[in-house]
Amino acid sequence: MPEPKYNATELMIINAARLLKDGDQVFVGVGIPNLACNLARRTHAPNLQMIYEAGIIGARPKRLPLSIGDPTLVSGALSVCSMFEVFSLYLQRGNIDVGFLGGAQIDQFGNINATVIGDYAHPKVRLPGSGGSMEIAAWANRCYIITPHQLRRFPARVDFHTSAGFLEGGDARAKTGVRGSGPQAVVTNLGILKPDANGELVLAALHPGCSFEQAQANTGWALKQAEELEVTSAPTEEELRILREELDPQRIYI
Amino acid sequence: MSKLTSLSEAIHQHVHDGDLVYAAGFTHLIPFAAGHEIIRQGIKNLTLARATPDLIYDQMVAAGCARKVIFSYSGNPGVGSLKWLRDGMQNGSLEWEEYSHFGMISRLQAGASGLPFMPMRQTGALDLEKANPLYRRVADPYGGEDVVVVPALCPDVAIVHVQRADSEGNAHIWGILGEQREAAFAAKRVILTAEEIVDADVIRSDPNRTLIPSLVVSAVCHVPWCAHPSYTQGYYDRDNELYLRWEEISKDEASMQAYLDEWVYGVKDREEYMAKLGEDTRERLKPGVRLSAPVNYGSY
Repeated sequence: MPEPKYNATELMIINAARLLKDGDQVFVGVGIPNLACNLARRTHAPNLQMIYEAGIIGARPKRLPLSIGDPTLVSGALSVCSMFEVFSLYLQRGNIDVGFLGGAQIDQFGNINATVIGDYAHPKVRLPGSGGSMEIAAWANRCYIITPHQLRRFPARVDFHTSAGFLEGGDARAKTGVRGSGPQAVVTNLGILKPDANGELVLAALHPGCSFEQAQANTGWALKQAEELEVTSAPTEEELRILREELDPQRIYI
Repeated sequence: MSKLTSLSEAIHQHVHDGDLVYAAGFTHLIPFAAGHEIIRQGIKNLTLARATPDLIYDQMVAAGCARKVIFSYSGNPGVGSLKWLRDGMQNGSLEWEEYSHFGMISRLQAGASGLPFMPMRQTGALDLEKANPLYRRVADPYGGEDVVVVPALCPDVAIVHVQRADSEGNAHIWGILGEQREAAFAAKRVILTAEEIVDADVIRSDPNRTLIPSLVVSAVCHVPWCAHPSYTQGYYDRDNELYLRWEEISKDEASMQAYLDEWVYGVKDREEYMAKLGEDTRERLKPGVRLSAPVNYGSY
């Protein structure tokens, strides 16, 4: 049987979906995280629950949501509450298992910059800012980051800590007392980075056909490999079929 | 007592040069018609607060209404940036004050509750706390960890769009609630815009859905399609096409001015705007029907 063909976005969505567990309460954004959650729900995690920062609990979108507050997220949802309530009763209270994060820069210790390139007061490039990510990164039990693997996205240090990973490494995060365990995986088009005992992101897995050299060339610090570097299993035909035929038939994101 | 008035009169009465304005709505119920009326009336030096400035504030900044923005996510979600806000911050022509979403809505929650500030747990990310001196830390008087606090936000005027209200301003809202209620209770004056004006009996038939009571409302305006290109749950869908085209429309002064000339200055009010938008677009945005099961409040 020939290997199924897939693109980088499909590869990232499928690998992110595999990180989710059945029953996870997931604080999710639109786009790739939304697709990963819906794929997980249709495969190994039918009881996964999607929670949106707009205040929607248990969304069951009938069409692909195109905005973080798409009306399809509301119709058929389990509950709708105010933004203050979703951030306080659900996130701050500790009821969220998984948060998805993104940003322009991710550093060696999983800290994210979504705020500014250059000086804050005199920005070279002004980015959108935190949105919900400052609190999601702190208070979700575990966080996942999905991003293309590019040198400019992986500097050794970020210009601005929009949300906390492991800060300067070691016990720096633990000392702040934040409840969540921080970023547990960064899924890229080349492989998966995971934090080591010191909180440093190391290469834990490569996707089929990708090399350590490629990953290193696109990472702004001396990348370490996990003791047992794994190779992810290729996307299955079933995963690709669900993604292409059921979840994003118009190929808006994939 | 009826508070019904035209949107133009309500803006004239309640929005003044230099005011702090909170036009509420998280993706849902964003009162574009009110933003356009503020632009047409040439109101200046506003401080524009919203968690997500969205296209409405990009337009108001481009039209020269704003001196400052207060926000927590300044992007066109899933599409790109808000060029006029971004450029204004980059070139120093626009002041800004920034929070996370939770910080922003905690400010409103404090304002709405009559409290001086609202505490939040620490997040470990210190740079925004350092950049914005209104973030402070306070010792937990009960011996726990220090908490992060933000001050109450009490806008001079909040503009809140709803599905239906009676003429006194008692309003039903469903779908994404965002910060509608907190903005209304926090503000000194509230302009309520509604898709439908209904009898008080309709409001009283479902009191749990009345999130905004007349007592905080200054003016009630009947403005169908007020939120386009944002949406009103059950009434019309978000016009994602316009959001996708925003990058192109807003790319330079000429194209931005052309948009404002055509869709803001070129129409008298929302009725003319909708006539101009046309029947095909209105049809395209109409959702199907999905009714909730009725509840029995009981007769006592």
